[in-house]
Amino acid sequence: MSTAMPETIPYDEALNLFEPVFGLEVHVEMGTNSKMFCSCPTAFGGEPNTQVCPVCLGLPGSMPVVNRTAVESTIRIGLALNCTIAEWCRFARKNYFYPDMPKDYQISQYDEPLCSNGYLDVTVATVEGPKVVRVEIERVHMEEDTGKLTHAGGATGRIHGADYSLVDYNRAGIPLIEIVTKPVAGAGHLVADVAKAYVAELRDLMRALGVSDVRMEEGSLRCDVNLSLNKPGSPMGTRSETKNVNSLRSVERAVRSEVERQSALLTAGGRVVQETRHFHEDIGRSTSGRSKEQAEDYRYFPEPDLVPIAPSPAWIDELRSTLPELPSAKRSRLEAEWGITPFELATVVNAGALDLVEETIEAGVESAAARKWWTGELLRTANDQGIELADLPVTPAHIARVEALVADGSLNDKLARQVFEGVIAGEGDVDEVITSRGLAVVSDDAALLAAIDEALVAQPDVAEKIRSGKVQAAGAIVGAVMKSTRGQADAAKVRALLLDRLGVTEA
Amino acid sequence: MTIMGSDLTRQTAAVLAEAIRTGEASAAEVTQAHLDRISSVDERVHAFLHVDTEAALESARSVDTKRSSGEVLGPLAGVPLALKDVLTMRGVPTTCGSRMLENWRPPYDSSVVERLRAADIVILGKTNMDEFAMGSSTEHSAYGPSHNPWDLERIPGGSGGGSAAALAAFEAPLAIGTDTGGSIRQPAAVTGTVGVKPTYGGVPRYGLVALASSLDQAGPCARTVMDTALLHSIIAGYDPRDSTSINAPVPDVVAAAAKADVRGMRIGIVTELNGEGYQAGVAQRFRESLAILEHLGAEIIEVGCPSFEYALGAYYLILPSEASSNLARFDGMRYGLRVGDDGSHSVEQVMSLTREAGFGAEVKRRIMLGTYALSSGYYDAYYGSAQKVRTLIMRDFASAFESVDVLVSPTAPTTAFKIGEKIDDPLAMYLNDIATIPVNLAGNAAMSLPVGLAPEDGLPVGFQIMAPPMADDRLYLVGAALESALYDQWGHLLIEEAPAL
Repeated sequence: MSTAMPETIPYDEALNLFEPVFGLEVHVEMGTNSKMFCSCPTAFGGEPNTQVCPVCLGLPGSMPVVNRTAVESTIRIGLALNCTIAEWCRFARKNYFYPDMPKDYQISQYDEPLCSNGYLDVTVATVEGPKVVRVEIERVHMEEDTGKLTHAGGATGRIHGADYSLVDYNRAGIPLIEIVTKPVAGAGHLVADVAKAYVAELRDLMRALGVSDVRMEEGSLRCDVNLSLNKPGSPMGTRSETKNVNSLRSVERAVRSEVERQSALLTAGGRVVQETRHFHEDIGRSTSGRSKEQAEDYRYFPEPDLVPIAPSPAWIDELRSTLPELPSAKRSRLEAEWGITPFELATVVNAGALDLVEETIEAGVESAAARKWWTGELLRTANDQGIELADLPVTPAHIARVEALVADGSLNDKLARQVFEGVIAGEGDVDEVITSRGLAVVSDDAALLAAIDEALVAQPDVAEKIRSGKVQAAGAIVGAVMKSTRGQADAAKVRALLLDRLGVTEA
Repeated sequence: MTIMGSDLTRQTAAVLAEAIRTGEASAAEVTQAHLDRISSVDERVHAFLHVDTEAALESARSVDTKRSSGEVLGPLAGVPLALKDVLTMRGVPTTCGSRMLENWRPPYDSSVVERLRAADIVILGKTNMDEFAMGSSTEHSAYGPSHNPWDLERIPGGSGGGSAAALAAFEAPLAIGTDTGGSIRQPAAVTGTVGVKPTYGGVPRYGLVALASSLDQAGPCARTVMDTALLHSIIAGYDPRDSTSINAPVPDVVAAAAKADVRGMRIGIVTELNGEGYQAGVAQRFRESLAILEHLGAEIIEVGCPSFEYALGAYYLILPSEASSNLARFDGMRYGLRVGDDGSHSVEQVMSLTREAGFGAEVKRRIMLGTYALSSGYYDAYYGSAQKVRTLIMRDFASAFESVDVLVSPTAPTTAFKIGEKIDDPLAMYLNDIATIPVNLAGNAAMSLPVGLAPEDGLPVGFQIMAPPMADDRLYLVGAALESALYDQWGHLLIEEAPAL
């Protein structure tokens, strides 16, 4: 080519030219104890092919039985996402051949999902302040996971060109929830932020519901990102589907890179091919996969080995009553209770400190102090160590103790930081660190003696009484010392020093 | 009653069980007699694909031990049985009549086998069948056809021809079949034996290698209605491992078989299956049976089931569709045959080569039909329409059962045809099941029992009784009454007229 077209156009420049539309399909592994259609355990990390049985291996003659807890979890997710719960729905078979599929079909749901037509409001930060965007939910359904393939040899790590491949069916049959959005238009320059915020909100929702602990590093939440661009006023463009987007950061990067790629293509007069793309975490971009124009025909039909699911209104009401406070409601409540702005709360949420701050406040600490510690000094330390806040050895009780010591003057801010340093370094709890590091304020005998001498000079008659054996008169001197040290001294210690100074012993 | 000195293989299961209970014969003797019979005739009949001699004798001996230690034995304890090779049995080859599963030994027992074991029934081995139960003659078995004991040149029906032939050849007094479109009833009809397809969901399918999940049903086969009822009551009943199994009490089929009374019953002839166009002798024996039932006190009424006309068409869309999906797992990856794994082929090529080599022509035909019928753009026209027909057929049955207690028809349009006669004409083969298919589509219960020989060829004719879902007991009321009247007429069971082998 003589004139090289740019392969990408910078994100903001691209979004000055085009309007983005995105959609997300999120798969979450449910945290049930047993698989979707059999009683095999779902624990992560077992020896390959040890958590299997005739059903999840798809052996001839075996039959699936629906996991009731998985259905309940799906309904609870649907309710939390403001969905309609189907009065009657069925499973369907999605037919395709692949070695990770024990039956060469996946039991899923097709045109009759359990939950449909909901929404989730997400908040993104903008220069004008926080903005709430409503993401509409098309459907929520359940399905079974496939086995896990590992390709050995070959250059690409893909099945083609591999010397051989290993299959672990422990994952086959693990219950998955699939949550599909409707196309989200109008996000403009915020498109990548909205996509990321949506996935983060979903993650928090799953955790709050207790249906999944969403360990992204174990692949328990996986996204497919659909994205298209169109000129303002034009109909929706052709979309690509980027698979293998498995972290919050990758969601943002996948959207950004696709905006940059598609805009360059369209600007150069090319067209976007409807295709599946694979996202590569390491390089932060996607590469072209199979074209949807030769798409596979999955030959869906209702699963004849299972009976329809018809949840009764009473059951749905019962499940509704088990819904916990949802993350967005919780945030509104905490904003009010703590008297802070959405932006300040967002700082806490983004730090992953919401629960920690809440517990710290419950332990008696002022809101401002609790937030200051968790989103300041402690967050920096956690980031430096590359761990989550919750994984630091510091607890809300530690903070409550330190704050109490600060309040009674035993510690100051600088010393408090040293206390946490000691706790994080494993030197013990707050008091142990203070003792071992000698961190108490006004622990200096010389300073106290100077204050005692000052008081004795100021009240010579009292000094005389004490010297003559009226030990009970010592209180007046101790009080004066406490006053002059603004309460930052230990009264018992002052008394002992005083008596020692005057050579008097207790009666 | 005494059976000592008589041929143990000529007895009914009920008589054998009684003899074992009373100690007149040991289960080991009974089993050995049947194993001997298999040794002497099965080379010609080819009912069995696998005979499990040692395991059979061992389980027979354990029944004898139980008896001698004073345990109360079940109603069929110690009686031998032939198991269709489509039901899994731990450690025993389960081929489904296919090369694909030639060396596959399942690691688990099907529900049916678990129940047979719990009832102390002695499983002799696995019987021949059309590959993956697709066929009406056993000619589609990868291991060669079974032969009809009435005439070894003829087919024993299918797909469960092996089980029916084993009964008719006195190789076993009990057998298990599976019926997707007639695979229990048509073999029963052409071999002069009794077979029942229970209500869909009546017998759990767990461990039944699926052909068409929404149609498949395992059921009992024997030489008498009472033996069939005894076996029925053992294998029927809810199993939570099969979501489609019915969680309700099993109708008392044994009491119904003992009652054998049709007085006051309303028996419906289906206009669309009234014997017209059937082989003359088949139609004749059917009409004679109706006369007997009327004489016994039943009222014969004709009812129309207009949608039955579309049953065959709907069936040959639904069955291949489900089969194309159910049989997808046979891809050479995990068990069974694997072809082309020599390092030079991709995984797709190995799957393709395995399926090319492992499946027979009829299986491939139906997989292709089903794949096509489920394809995007064709689904509504084919699978969707077929499901609508299915609903219409259910309505026909429901409205018929408002005016009658059971429906009846000839089981098959002809007596046993010659091996090779229809093998190249799939449509002619499919037409064999015209009278049995509507029941599978609707999920009803049905029985076939022998009602005589066709005068023109001297071969058995089957009579079909159809009952509403979960009214399986009505089959036995009518079947036992008719069987008893015919016994009185002939002085013996029809099967006694089968030629010696």
